[in-house]
Amino acid sequence: MALHISSAPPISALHHLLCFFLHDTYPEMEYASSLQRQLASMKKNLFDQGYLDEQFYQLEELQDESSPNFERSCRMNPALIFQKYLQDFRRLDNFMHQLKGSASSIGAAKMKNECTSFREFCNKENREGCLRSFQKVKKEHAVLKQKLENYFQLLRQVGPVDKATRSGN
Amino acid sequence: MSSPRGPKACGGGAVDRQIHVLAVDDSSVDRAVIARLLRSSKYRVTTVDSGKKALELLGLESSELREIPVVIMSSENVPNRINRCLEEGAEDFLLKPVRPSDVARLCNRMR
Repeated sequence: MALHISSAPPISALHHLLCFFLHDTYPEMEYASSLQRQLASMKKNLFDQGYLDEQFYQLEELQDESSPNFERSCRMNPALIFQKYLQDFRRLDNFMHQLKGSASSIGAAKMKNECTSFREFCNKENREGCLRSFQKVKKEHAVLKQKLENYFQLLRQVGPVDKATRSGN
Repeated sequence: MSSPRGPKACGGGAVDRQIHVLAVDDSSVDRAVIARLLRSSKYRVTTVDSGKKALELLGLESSELREIPVVIMSSENVPNRINRCLEEGAEDFLLKPVRPSDVARLCNRMR
């Protein structure tokens, strides 16, 4: 490989050479750090777009070897309940109260807000509003579930990483 | 929270000094969250989903039950109720969502 160093400062020429060797000799390193960047970016988007709030990140940062992983804790699984309680507004409101609590506990901000909205319609006995809001809660849950699946899948690929690296951004 | 036999420890003391917490909540998500919070502070944690199960698990006389420090966790921010819990002997009242800083504060108090 011809290296034109006459027109470039010596240090940057060396930099390109080093990158070439590093990439070729340690492709796994490049791949791993690219995954880490993806992960950091995904995490930032989830936060910026309001899907997750500070609670989620604080919980994730905790060291906890003994219990089931954090991913499992995030499963709210309201699927069964949604259909069952559709006709009974009082029970649906109770359920939404619980769902809101769960969302709040893991930092699922958008879902929490949508649950709040539902309960406001319920309090005003606004049936149409309730039904619309209920559909939105279902949708938010589905969206969040997918995003979290993607996030945790990427997290597994990145593997055990120094936490400072991951959360530093 | 159960009283340990001997000196209390928090943050990786010897096992026989470790505080064992019984966490009671009907929400599976909240059980998982509180367990995570407590275990990361090196508490040993058992979770149950009802008060009834908690009492069954403990199997203690009421006089012994009274010795156990209790911390209430609730999403309801009603000052009357909170005060009542504290007046009736609760060590603390944590408002949900429970945060790592809440558990850290608790840990310091329980020394």
